[in-house]
Amino acid sequence: MSATTAGPGFRPRLAWRKPSILPGFGLSFSITLIWLFVIVVGPLAVMLWFTASLGWDGFFGVILRPRVLGDLRVSVTTALAAASVNAVAGLLIAWVLTRYRFPGRRIADALVDLPFALPTSVAGIALSTLYAPNGWIGAPLAVFGITIAYTPSGIVVAMIFISLPFIVRTVQPVIEDLEVEQEEAAGLMGASAFEIFRRVIFPAILPALLTGFALAFARCLGEYGSIIFIAGNKPMISEILPLLIMSRLDQFDYQGATAIGTLMLAVSFLLLLAINLLQAWVRRRHGG
Amino acid sequence: MAGRAALITAAMLFMALFLVCPLVIVFSQALSAGFFTYITSLNDPNVGSAVLMTLTIAAIAVPANVVFGILASWCIARFDFWGRNLLITLIDLPFSISPVVAGLLEVLLFGSNGLFGGWLEANNFQIIFALPGMVIATIFVTFPFVARELIPLAQEQGNDEEEAAVTLGASGLQIFLRVSLPKLRWGLLYGVLLCNARAMGEFGAVSVVSGKIYGSTDTLSLAVESLYESYDMQAAFAVASLLAMLALVTLVLKAALEYRHRDELHATRKAKAKS
Repeated sequence: MSATTAGPGFRPRLAWRKPSILPGFGLSFSITLIWLFVIVVGPLAVMLWFTASLGWDGFFGVILRPRVLGDLRVSVTTALAAASVNAVAGLLIAWVLTRYRFPGRRIADALVDLPFALPTSVAGIALSTLYAPNGWIGAPLAVFGITIAYTPSGIVVAMIFISLPFIVRTVQPVIEDLEVEQEEAAGLMGASAFEIFRRVIFPAILPALLTGFALAFARCLGEYGSIIFIAGNKPMISEILPLLIMSRLDQFDYQGATAIGTLMLAVSFLLLLAINLLQAWVRRRHGG
Repeated sequence: MAGRAALITAAMLFMALFLVCPLVIVFSQALSAGFFTYITSLNDPNVGSAVLMTLTIAAIAVPANVVFGILASWCIARFDFWGRNLLITLIDLPFSISPVVAGLLEVLLFGSNGLFGGWLEANNFQIIFALPGMVIATIFVTFPFVARELIPLAQEQGNDEEEAAVTLGASGLQIFLRVSLPKLRWGLLYGVLLCNARAMGEFGAVSVVSGKIYGSTDTLSLAVESLYESYDMQAAFAVASLLAMLALVTLVLKAALEYRHRDELHATRKAKAKS
């Protein structure tokens, strides 16, 4: 008790928080916590609770239906394809935008964020009109017998659009921080451009690239608006999991929708966990 | 230098194909029947009500997230306490959740079979298939935007000025308004810009909880779908062009902010890439 009477303004501090002379912790912390609970944590807990009330049989009865598994496969494979395309294209764009100076670079740099700013339904109808068999891009491709719209490739195209900025924006700052001296040194020691890229540049940007890949993949898995217009929405062939949730809801099958929602949540968590572990491994290996 | 030119060409071709083409086709389709038809299709009472709906949702969701973002950044960046990183992870959570699942959450809470469904029905409150549900769903999907800009920025700036203000006898509100807010204003504006773009354009989450009644519970983004599905392509693209203009304005303002206040925003971009 003697310590608490040290001075007029002195209050004993809780051990979980370092003392500070700034005011407002209690107020800001409690409102943050309450709002976080009301908007995010509480509703998620309710969904998990609804899922738990289905029981194992009820849950797996929904999840193991061929249509759910088929749509999951469509969602995962198309998202992997799109994130992979963007890992290459995004890296290239990030590299070009940071390392080279050319006319229109600033406009191109600003345009990278378009998918963040353009509503997904707008992107959806634009892409589906572009890639339709009579569209600007669809018609020339049709000559070669390639159809994009209303097939799984259409889903990939929409996903590429929607997730491009994730890779570019995560890799860009790392390229900015690269030391050109290291590349020059490697060049002086006789390394070819490809060797410099593979042994000096690539290891340094790999963790950021993986993070960007994970973010892009997660975004692709969850994406709905830009995809539904260009996908054929044929069950198990060109139907994505979020659309299946939507159609369950339209048929008032709340249990089915809830179980699939929980499945999606679990998949994105597993994915983020896996990539985090991968990143830790890369960091250990390259000592970054 | 041939390699450099090839790389630039490849990158710009990819961007032209995937980013510029969708943008161009929106305006070209919107104007496909001439400027007069374009104006006529926008001068429709249903479009007007969709604009109103969109503005109303953003006018509630964005300030809600600004208040939350400021409070969250105040406690997370200015104080050191156990569980801080967990709190940041939880705030980021809506980014990795599908918008459709976000909408589903609101249905499970407020739908007729939901947790509060019976009570809401007994008291005649309509949340799902009405404006309140759409606002809550929008708040969910835009939840991290402002906080995510402010937290790393405030962390990097440190507390020195705030602490000096305390020793000079400033009150909490004075410190916030005269010291912290000026330090954070560009980051705040940046967050608001991104938050607003998403709030006005959100489709998936809002689509789940809206009644999808064109002319009554349609936002602009939903009206695009309604019109497109009823094969009124020109009108769908006309409405889409409004949203595309909003996106372009957002990009221009964002680029201007990044250019003019690079140092005050730089922390944010770097911290994000490392996290």
